[in-house]
Amino acid sequence: MNLTLHIWRQKKATDKGGFATYKLAGVSPDSSFLEMLDQLNEEILAGGKDEPVAFDHDCREGICGACGMVVNGVPHGPQELTTTCQLHMRKFKDGDELWLEPWRAAAFPVVRDLVVDRGAFDRIIQAGGYISVNTAAPRDANEIPVPKTDADLSMDAAQCIGCGACVAACPNASAMLFTAAKVTHLGVLPQGQAERGPRVLAMVAQMEAEGFGGCTNHGECESACPKGIKLEFIARLNRDYLKAAIGGREAAQQRTVRR
Amino acid sequence: MSGKTLALRDTTIGKKAIMAVTGVIMVGFVTAHMIGNLQAYSGREVFNAYAAFLHGLPGPLWAARLVLLGSVIAHAWAAISLVRQNRAARPVRYQVKQTLATTYAAKVMPLGGLILLFFIVYHLLHFTTGHVAPGEFRGWQDAYHNFVTGFQVPAIAGVYVVANIFLGLHLYHGVWSMLQTLGINHPRYNHWRKRAAIGLAVVVAGGNISFPIAVLAGVIK
Ligand code: HEM
Ligand code: FES
Repeated sequence: MNLTLHIWRQKKATDKGGFATYKLAGVSPDSSFLEMLDQLNEEILAGGKDEPVAFDHDCREGICGACGMVVNGVPHGPQELTTTCQLHMRKFKDGDELWLEPWRAAAFPVVRDLVVDRGAFDRIIQAGGYISVNTAAPRDANEIPVPKTDADLSMDAAQCIGCGACVAACPNASAMLFTAAKVTHLGVLPQGQAERGPRVLAMVAQMEAEGFGGCTNHGECESACPKGIKLEFIARLNRDYLKAAIGGREAAQQRTVRR
Repeated sequence: MSGKTLALRDTTIGKKAIMAVTGVIMVGFVTAHMIGNLQAYSGREVFNAYAAFLHGLPGPLWAARLVLLGSVIAHAWAAISLVRQNRAARPVRYQVKQTLATTYAAKVMPLGGLILLFFIVYHLLHFTTGHVAPGEFRGWQDAYHNFVTGFQVPAIAGVYVVANIFLGLHLYHGVWSMLQTLGINHPRYNHWRKRAAIGLAVVVAGGNISFPIAVLAGVIK
């Protein structure tokens, strides 16, 4: 396959950046999308003039969430429920023109080329995405019974790999789907109840502080999510948040700050 | 967990909840307003008697007006604040962007809302105060006369038709969206949320649009 690639090039966060166009020949339809970029980088290195294109990746098996980029206007490219690393070139046609862009969000500054800093997600999790357990002695795994439907719901939410495609797809660069998944996967389990109110208040406060937009219920995030996280979780987040913020005792005890 | 949380009105979720609650109030109003106006089809006496009935209850009338005014202000304030925050969240736009799920109704919410705001002001100046009524304005005592003479002007009828198309779009996305905002979501009933939104949007906007058309067609005269 022969391809024309328009790739966002930006040396560092403070640079303006812009698109550069590359022609790449002899791409195997069996190669993965990232292998195609590896091939491009080898050619760039062999040419000796340009610097290779920086893109994030780690597991290359769809579970770490590192590899996101926007391909022709869709986060992670055209295949549903698939991360960029799991995308194959047979999804494209010979002669295709591809536009590769980093996630665009004020909260995800570009580090270089297609790599963005998703540290905002880590800080949202640090604000409350945990439970407190005694770890001194080993606990029996089935000590606390969990209804199967709750366990399934929690596991569905826990599918989130924190890749940021939801933010990239959202017209408002909102992190609601991510935060909803993280709040839900603990909030529906018995072990998550103790901190349920403070957790959602703290995680939402951090989400706001990072400069993400709000949810306008377009549903773009759900369609772009490689792990099938559902909009239903955003309704749950809203419910949990409103319950804790309006009726929760924790909210009354915590210091409420105005921005 | 950190001891700091934000006040409800300072989070996007809280602002959306304000929009949803004020939205419910306004949805209730536009629905009742449309149903009340259907009495125009029963002729001058019935319609004017309805107007007289409402004005015979100054207490509830003014209470409703104040609640609605507060709702419009709070709704518009939250809308402006959210739109600004949402724009700021994406300072660099995509060169190529495809949408996968959204609807025209969802995209046109801010513009439609702005149109509705202008329309509400115009509508009050037209039928409530009479400042921009064409020809003779006879107050609520002969609301039927104002109704018919207003809509006999094609340009005015057109304004009402267009504004109500935007009202329908606003209601379609808004009603569904408000249920989601308030966390009203259940797998067994979710498919009803969009159906209810479409139904309400079509009935309310359709009813309202029928009035100027009925006048122009000579059905109401
Ligand atoms: C006064 C002028 C108005 C403005 C500027 C305005 C603007 C907006 C905006 C920007 C949204 C948010 C859309 C989104 O998040 O996707 C919205 C939502 C909504 N609007 Fe309005 N609107 C106005 C009037 C109205 C009226 C007259 C009604 C009812 C008849 C209404 C009902 C709603 C509802 C139910 C929602 C959904 C709230 C939610 O998603 O939680 N709005 N409006
Ligand atoms: S590289 Fe880990 S998900 Fe793609």
